[in-house]
Amino acid sequence: MEDILSAKEISSDTSETTRRIREEPRRRSKVSIKGVNAWFGSKQALKNINLEIEENTATAFMGPSGCGKTTLIRCLNRMHEMTPGAKAKGQVILDGIDIYDKSIDPVIIKRRIGMVFQKPNPFPTMSIFDNVAAGLKLNGIKDKKLIREIVEESLEGAGLWEEVKNELDKPGMGLSGGQQQRLCIARALAMQPEILLMDEPTSALDPLASSKIEELVHKLKKDLTIIIVTHNMQQAARVADRAAFMYLGEMIEYGFTKQIFQNPEQELTERFVSGKFG
Amino acid sequence: MSGNNGKSAARFHRREVQQIMVKNARKAKIIDKIVSIFAIMCVILAVIPLTSILIEVIKNGIAAFNWDFLTGRPSAIGRAGGGVGPAIQGTLIVVGLATMIGAPIGILTGIYLSEFAGGGPFPNGVRFFNEVMTGLPSVVMGIVGYILIVINIGSFSVWAGAFSLSIIMIPIVSRVTEETLKIVPNSIREAGFALGIAKWKITLFITFKSAISGILTGVVLAIARIAGETAPLIMTILGTSLFFTGFNNPVDALPLRIWRLSSQPYESAQTQAWGAALLLILMVLALSVALRLLAQRRGFSVRAEI
Repeated sequence: MEDILSAKEISSDTSETTRRIREEPRRRSKVSIKGVNAWFGSKQALKNINLEIEENTATAFMGPSGCGKTTLIRCLNRMHEMTPGAKAKGQVILDGIDIYDKSIDPVIIKRRIGMVFQKPNPFPTMSIFDNVAAGLKLNGIKDKKLIREIVEESLEGAGLWEEVKNELDKPGMGLSGGQQQRLCIARALAMQPEILLMDEPTSALDPLASSKIEELVHKLKKDLTIIIVTHNMQQAARVADRAAFMYLGEMIEYGFTKQIFQNPEQELTERFVSGKFG
Repeated sequence: MSGNNGKSAARFHRREVQQIMVKNARKAKIIDKIVSIFAIMCVILAVIPLTSILIEVIKNGIAAFNWDFLTGRPSAIGRAGGGVGPAIQGTLIVVGLATMIGAPIGILTGIYLSEFAGGGPFPNGVRFFNEVMTGLPSVVMGIVGYILIVINIGSFSVWAGAFSLSIIMIPIVSRVTEETLKIVPNSIREAGFALGIAKWKITLFITFKSAISGILTGVVLAIARIAGETAPLIMTILGTSLFFTGFNNPVDALPLRIWRLSSQPYESAQTQAWGAALLLILMVLALSVALRLLAQRRGFSVRAEI
């Protein structure tokens, strides 16, 4: 009860934090989230979220279960509204284009934004090669040589090439959990996305497989912008340049990861990062 | 958490609870035995009629098998010899044609219901009619075929038979397709959407492909069902002792031939009826095994948990 009260009080001065970050020397803004609200039926899951995400950084969304972090990431590629009964309002501006604009086709916008899910979900009927090639083939790319090159690059990029290069025609489901998740990353990379959304990508994996994914985040952010949802604070601290703390559908605090963990402005953030709740 | 005598809460009733548990465990073991014996007995009861039919059909029918039986035309009533060639040919044609009409319509209906329709009044209406149609006696479909096609063409025909059988097939296939597609985990569809693939392509090349093994099983079941139908065929293809002469003419079919032969008082005809029954069973079995092998070889499967 106390938490809810303080969350409401605090939300008004999040803009303060955001402003401070704006003053820091920074990279180009890649995504800016403006006044995003989201609902499941009549239940409001996101309340007026505002956020700037910079190019070639890794940003972590943290918060306890049910805080809306997954909903927020799913709003960024218009996946949220595909759940029956769910809707989203507001602006998500990607390189100057509002992806919620009426003229934007929600199918096509997803080609620029890759997504990796909580549980590895390779296509069950497809081989390793076809899993990676699926996005290209089913989006009309027919050049076999190009596809072959991209598949190799993507598997290389996902750190899986060495492990699977001799068994590309084996089913993707035959890989271990961690390999499957890297296969899913390769599948997303094959589409040459500018942004990679990762929704708790390691929550179904063992520590070793998780650390491989974390290394990948470090490597991949050189080429694209990564947004990662995690309920694991250590993970956020390890992989993210920026971190956002969410609570009950509101953005409580957003800043440099170091600052969020060492010197948070909000008491609620302080209590979360020090493990007192969540 | 310290209570009386400094014991923790978990220990207050430990002895008491454990004693009850031990007693109950003995009881549970006996009940386990009884239930499993009961279950095995039920299985045996269910298998007895099935195997006895099979044994009886094989025992009586195998004697009829020879080249003439498989390829020849039926002989005149009361005369030994002859065969069921036209009936085999007719069953293959009528059931094949019915499958060609019924399976695609049924599969597409199932895809629509599972992937595109949701829960509005129209799709729910379709689901309701599907269920009603599955329960309708097949003779009714025969009457429909008779009124719509036989009367209009002016002749009993292959078309009328295939039409009636396809109507029996559609609701079965549609239902199996819908149920199988629903087992495909939603995360697979989402993975497709996240790659910016159009919905029809996801449905066709990802979701449907994952479910194809289950759908094929449903189609085989439906084929087996219509291959054994007799009543609707009496009113649509009529039956004849001639080989196929055209889609607008009557043909013969195995169930019809079995019915005709078995109602004759002659022993040779009775034996041929058993033989034809065995043949029908073997044909359905072969189809089922063939499609299953095909599905396995291609490695299609639905996994409940991904």
